[in-house]
Amino acid sequence: MFYREAGQFKDNYAADRAVFPILQDRIGLGVILLAAFLVVPLLGNAFFLNSIMTPFLIMALGAIGLNILVGYTGLLSLGTGAFMGVGAYAAYKLTTSFPQVNVLIWVMCSGFFAAAVGAVFGLPSLRIKGFYLAVATLAAQFFLQWSFVRVGWLYNHDPSGAIQIPARTLFGLPITGPHATPLTQYLVVLSIVVFMTLIASNIVHGRIGRSWMAVRDMDIAAQLMGIRLLPTKLLAFAVSSFFCGVAGALMVFFWLGAAEPVVFDINLSFKILFMVIIGGLGSLIGCFLGAALIHVLPIVIRMLPLGGDAAMVEHLTFLLVGALIIFFLIVEPHGLAQLWRLLKQKLRVWPFPY
Amino acid sequence: MKLSKAAFLLSAALVAGAPLAAPAPAAAQSADTIYVPLFTYRTGAFAGSGIPIANGMRDYLTLLNERDGGIGGVKLVIEECETSYDAKKGLECYEAVKPKSPVMVNPWSTGTTLPLIPRAAVDKIPVLSMAYGLSSSAKGETFPWIFNPPATYWDGFTQILQYIAEQEGGGVEKLKGLKIGYIFLDASFGREPLPLIDKLSKELGFEAKLYPVAASDMQNQSSQWLSVRRDRPNYMILYGWGALNPTAINEAVRTGFPMEKFISIWWPSEDDAAGAGPGAAGFKTLNWHAVGADFPLHQDIRTHVVDKGLSQTAPDKIGQVLYNRGVYNSMLIAEAIRKAQEITGKKVVTGEDVRRGLENLNIDEARLEEIGLGGFTSPVKLTCADHNGHFPTFVQRWDGDSYEKITDYAPPLSQYVLPLLEEDAKAFAERNAPWPARTEPCDN
Repeated sequence: MFYREAGQFKDNYAADRAVFPILQDRIGLGVILLAAFLVVPLLGNAFFLNSIMTPFLIMALGAIGLNILVGYTGLLSLGTGAFMGVGAYAAYKLTTSFPQVNVLIWVMCSGFFAAAVGAVFGLPSLRIKGFYLAVATLAAQFFLQWSFVRVGWLYNHDPSGAIQIPARTLFGLPITGPHATPLTQYLVVLSIVVFMTLIASNIVHGRIGRSWMAVRDMDIAAQLMGIRLLPTKLLAFAVSSFFCGVAGALMVFFWLGAAEPVVFDINLSFKILFMVIIGGLGSLIGCFLGAALIHVLPIVIRMLPLGGDAAMVEHLTFLLVGALIIFFLIVEPHGLAQLWRLLKQKLRVWPFPY
Repeated sequence: MKLSKAAFLLSAALVAGAPLAAPAPAAAQSADTIYVPLFTYRTGAFAGSGIPIANGMRDYLTLLNERDGGIGGVKLVIEECETSYDAKKGLECYEAVKPKSPVMVNPWSTGTTLPLIPRAAVDKIPVLSMAYGLSSSAKGETFPWIFNPPATYWDGFTQILQYIAEQEGGGVEKLKGLKIGYIFLDASFGREPLPLIDKLSKELGFEAKLYPVAASDMQNQSSQWLSVRRDRPNYMILYGWGALNPTAINEAVRTGFPMEKFISIWWPSEDDAAGAGPGAAGFKTLNWHAVGADFPLHQDIRTHVVDKGLSQTAPDKIGQVLYNRGVYNSMLIAEAIRKAQEITGKKVVTGEDVRRGLENLNIDEARLEEIGLGGFTSPVKLTCADHNGHFPTFVQRWDGDSYEKITDYAPPLSQYVLPLLEEDAKAFAERNAPWPARTEPCDN
C-alpha cells in the first residue's frame, strides 16, 4: 500500500539502472543516514557510541570486504583477520613515519598495502576453489600473524610487541588518542564507512561486479564469455583486502587505541565470515545485519537484566546467540538479507496476499 | 512460511529491544559508596587461571564489606565484568564501567592494559596492573596513572637467573657457559623479557635458547619440547599463562626433563602442576606471597564470606597460589583506598584520590599484621617515581601436592633492570609523542 513502485515511471536509462529504483527505498536510506549522522550522536552515550556503534560499523566494513570475495566472487577466504591486520600495521607505520600527513589519508592508504598483500595470497585462487582455497588463505592468516609478532620493524620494536596509536587531529580536533571523544571517532568512522559502502555498491553493481558474479556462478562459462579469470579473481582479492585493510586500520585507530597481534587472529576471521554468512552472501545490507547480529547482539544481551553473575551472563549470552544463529540459519539459509528481501516483497502487495 | 513469520517477529523484537537494552546512564551511584569494578575471566581458554584470581579478589573485598562495613565506613560496590581475557571485551568493560566513576581498574590482561595506558590520565582512573602490563610503567614520572607492583617480568627473570646461579654454587658469574632454555607465550607478555635476555646472555655469557609457543597452540607444544630434547639446556625458564602452563609441565615430565631445573615466573597454579601427576614434583615457580589458608584473614573469609554463601569459591581452594594472588591484588586496592581517605580526609574517594593513595602506599609488617596477613608477603611501599617497587620474591617448589617455599625473599638484580626500564619508558614517550608531561603533584 505504502511501498510500491506504481506510478513511478522512469524516463531515462540512468534512473532505470539506479541502485535504489523505488522512491520509498531512497527515502528509507535517507532516514537511516539521518538517524546515523544526527539522532545517534544526539541520543547515544559514550558507551553506546564507543562500544556498540563504532565497532559495529567497523565490523560491517570488514564484512563488506569479505563479502566481495565470498559472496560476490565465490572465493572462500579465512584470512580476513590478517588482512585487517595488514591495514592496521600499515597505517601505524605510515603515521609514525610521516606524522605530518593527516591520519585519515594514511588510514585510506593502508588499504592499498592490504590490497597488495591480498592479491599475492589470492594467486592460488586460479587453480583451487572452495575449501582448498580456504586452506590456502589460512596460510595467509598464519603467516601474516606470525609476521606481526616477529617483525619488530612493524611495531617499531616496542618491547611489548603491541602498536600504540599516537594522538592525531583533524581540523584541530583530536580524532585518535586518549583525548578523542567517542562522538568524533564515531562520526569519522561513520563517514568513512558510508563512503566506502557507496563505493562498494557502485563496484558490485557495475561491470566489475557483474564479472565477479559471473565467475562465482560458473567460472568456465564466464571464461567462455570473455572474462579473464586471473585478473578478475585477483581484482576481487585486492578490492576485498582493501576494504578489510581499511576496516582493520579503523579498528585500531578509532576503537581500540592499541593492539596486540592476537587481535587479528583467526577468531576475527571467523567472526567476519559468520557475519557474512548470517547476514547474507552477496548483499551489502546483509553485512550490516550480520555485524549487528554477531557483534551487537551479545553486548545487548549482556546488558539485559538477566540476573546472575558476570560469568553466568556470559554463558547465557553464548547460548542465546548460538541459538539465534541456528534459528536464523534454519528459517532463512540465505541470511538476514533474504528476510529483508521477503519483507519488501510482502510489503509491496500488502494488504493483499498476492 | 510460518517459521519465517516467526523470524520476522523475532528480528523485529530484537531491533525494537536494542535501544532499550543500551545501558541505563550510569545507574546513579549512591553518594556514600565506592565503586570497584573487577575485570575477571571465568570463561574462555584462560578461565583456569582466571577463576581463582577472580574469587580471591572478590572474597577479600566482600569480606571488608561484611566484616568492617566497607573501608573507613564506606561500603564498596563490587561489580564483576567478564572479559574472557579478550582485549576487545576488556575495553568494552572499561567503557561500561567508566560512567560509574570507578576508583581504579585492574585489567588482568596485558592486552587490555596497553590501550588503557594513555586513557588513564584523561579519564582520571588509575590502572593497577599487578606484576603484568607494561614493565616500564613502573616509571611514575612518565606514567603517573599506571601502577604495576610488586615486580616486573624483567625483575622476575633476573631472580630466576640468580636462583640458577645459586644452584651452580655462586653469583651470576656462574651462569657462564650454561645453556638456558626459555619457553614462553608468544605474545607481548612472554616476549617482554627478550631484550633483557639478549643483553644478559651477552654480559653474563650464558647461551639462551628460545622456544616460543603461539597462543593458538598452547596445548600442543610437542615440537618445542622435541627441540628441548635436542638442545639439552641445563635449565628451563617458563613464562606462560592459561593452558600453556599445564601443557608445558606435562611435556616436561613426558620428555624427562629434570623438573628441579624447570623454573617458572609467578603464574602457574596448583592445578597446572597437579595435572602432570607425581612426576611434576620438583617444578619451581617464583612467588611474592605465601601459599595456604592459615592466616587470620583467611579464617575471616571463611566465616564472613564463604560460610554465608557469598562466594563462588570451593572451600578447599581457599589459599591456593592464584587465589592468594587475587587476595593480594584486592589488598592493594583496599589499602590504596584507605590511604586515599587518610590523605584527603574524605570518606568517599575518587579515582584521583586513589591515584595519590597508590603513590603513597605503605604496607609495612605492622599493617600486614593488622590486616590479618602477618608474614604473608614482604612490605609494599610505592613512591611517585617508582610505581613498581621491584620487591623481593622467593622460589617455591612443587612437592607433588602443594608449593613449598624453598628460598628466602631476595631482591632482583636491579643493576640490569633499572637502566632498561629507564630506556624503555623514554622510548615509549618518544614513540607516542606528544606524550603528556606529568602534571600531577607529588605527595612524598
